[in-house]
Amino acid sequence: MSYLELHGVAKRFGKETVLEGLDLAVEQGERLVVFGPSGSGKTVMLRLIAGLNDVDEGTIRIGDREVTFEAPERRGLGMAFQNFALYPHMSAFDNIASPLRARGESMTEIRRRVTEVADLLKIGHVLEHQPKALSNGQKQRTSLARALAPKPPLLLLDDPLRNVDAKLRYEMRLELPRVLRQAAATVLYVTQDYKEAMALGDRVAVLDRHRVSQIDVPDTIYARPATPAIARLFGDPTINILERRLEGGRFDLFGQDLDIPGAGSGERLLGIRPEHIEVSMEPSAGSIPVVLDAVTPLNVRAVLLLKTRDGHELLASCSEEEAARFPRGHKDVHATIDPARIHLFDPGSGRRLDASGQRLDGGAEHG
Amino acid sequence: MGSDSGWKRVLRGVLLTIVALFFLFPIFWVFLMSFQTNETILRIPPSIVFEPTLQNYVALISGKLVSNAGVLEIAFMKNLGNSLILSVVSVALSLLLGVPAAYAFARFKFRLGEDIAFTLLSFRFAPPLLVLLPLALYFQSMGLIDTYFGLIWVYQLITLPLILWIVRGYFEDISEDIEYAYRVDGNSWLRTFLKISVPLARPGIAAAMLLAFIFAWNNFVFALILASADKQPVTVGALAFVTASGIQYGQIAASIVLSVTPTLLLALYAQRYLVEGLSLGAVKG
Repeated sequence: MSYLELHGVAKRFGKETVLEGLDLAVEQGERLVVFGPSGSGKTVMLRLIAGLNDVDEGTIRIGDREVTFEAPERRGLGMAFQNFALYPHMSAFDNIASPLRARGESMTEIRRRVTEVADLLKIGHVLEHQPKALSNGQKQRTSLARALAPKPPLLLLDDPLRNVDAKLRYEMRLELPRVLRQAAATVLYVTQDYKEAMALGDRVAVLDRHRVSQIDVPDTIYARPATPAIARLFGDPTINILERRLEGGRFDLFGQDLDIPGAGSGERLLGIRPEHIEVSMEPSAGSIPVVLDAVTPLNVRAVLLLKTRDGHELLASCSEEEAARFPRGHKDVHATIDPARIHLFDPGSGRRLDASGQRLDGGAEHG
Repeated sequence: MGSDSGWKRVLRGVLLTIVALFFLFPIFWVFLMSFQTNETILRIPPSIVFEPTLQNYVALISGKLVSNAGVLEIAFMKNLGNSLILSVVSVALSLLLGVPAAYAFARFKFRLGEDIAFTLLSFRFAPPLLVLLPLALYFQSMGLIDTYFGLIWVYQLITLPLILWIVRGYFEDISEDIEYAYRVDGNSWLRTFLKISVPLARPGIAAAMLLAFIFAWNNFVFALILASADKQPVTVGALAFVTASGIQYGQIAASIVLSVTPTLLLALYAQRYLVEGLSLGAVKG
């Protein structure tokens, strides 16, 4: 049995369904990132686990206890909030000490634990400050310290890096794995930044349309997204999604006849990752003539906006050096797409289709 | 402000002085009157130069009003005591009932919640005279007329809606996540209310308390009808200064000075919480 289990959980606010038939199992000591677009119910799910809202249906188990309707103060977990939720009338020290006080620790123990966790998060020098005297980064660390202080076996982090600036976010993304390892807790980490999900998660659970639509290790989610929605969310620049009719695996892609052997016949959604479109100045066998509309340098990678003859827009990406070869502005270039790297989805069910025996995602494991 | 040119600052000074004079002069004049005899007050033209006397205060505190018609017993100190008892107990009771109720209205959606809150508020816009007659009859038959208990009960009509509606807004402004965080820390609902919600709404509670106290203190008509001399507050008791031998302006002025003092002290005391509220507000975002 897993450490944290949600079974058939549903939550509605008035007529609006937020979660429905949600199942989730998290192993002890695992760091699970809950990823999803805004409004997908990630925060609600954390609140249900913490007991801040009651479920409408389903059960929640933590450890070997069912806690579905237990009060939040009896669940013994730690939580960090997106907006920090520091107590404005207490010093940083008292904020961090609060869960220790509630657990009836002695004053010496409280002082020892607060100092320890404050050192870990490098806020030892601002412990006497009121929250309003703290910088955003310090507030964020204080709220994290408060969640960590009592060494809770289960830690819920609700997008803790959302409200800090880019530099701090980058710093914390590097630092958090160390801090969380030290806490030795089972961690649920909510984010809507797929890079954060890739960097921090042992596994990633994608929350979409009221439930978990895919749960796997980060690389697999990127390489084999279960739905076009996940493919779109997971990856930057966004995946190209095209609708095509396949006849025995054959289809027409902007004038080129492509073949995905064994992919069968019927309507399909094709997902083509930008980095799997090769762009060159010269035509080659199977390449598609396109117009290079714009080049957006993103330091390490550049994003190319391509336009096909019939006006379709495609996103491609390549390294910055490669991009430097292309002249700026509307120029005719040629795009080559490896059919083996195309993701196939059923337009009706929106689920991933894998042709039997075919490695449709061949080579994408490196992506 | 430092960049303001000279004449602008002068103009602002002048305007502020005019406003201050306009509002403070009557108070200042009453203060002077309280140290004068009726004769000096009524002389024409009035003068700011006079020989100060404490006889008005002596008369009020001793309870003996000496006029040319003889000695009159007045219960001013008793009235002042009544005012204090009625206002303090009414406001305390309203805080006890109103603050938790305000929290409930702010945090929980329940059936008829808005209607109940609005009904309570509507007590404030019904003219007191409308309810006085039936109230007096009920109080008569229930034996509540001329009791502190009865008056404090009626005073809830004044103080409770005020506290409820002001404090509710302050509770609504507190982020729910702050309360949630305290619950997750391992604290009960009640402890969270007492340690987080109430302290954070303190500026609002202070403001509401101050206003409710002033309204209760200034109430005239409820006490006039529902209380006899024994339980009357100063607002009603002041009628005694209109005597057969004339209006005792000096004593009236002295009693005004004495009866605004508690409200003034409370306002000065509550002020630091009001200011604290302004500075705490900066953190909320």
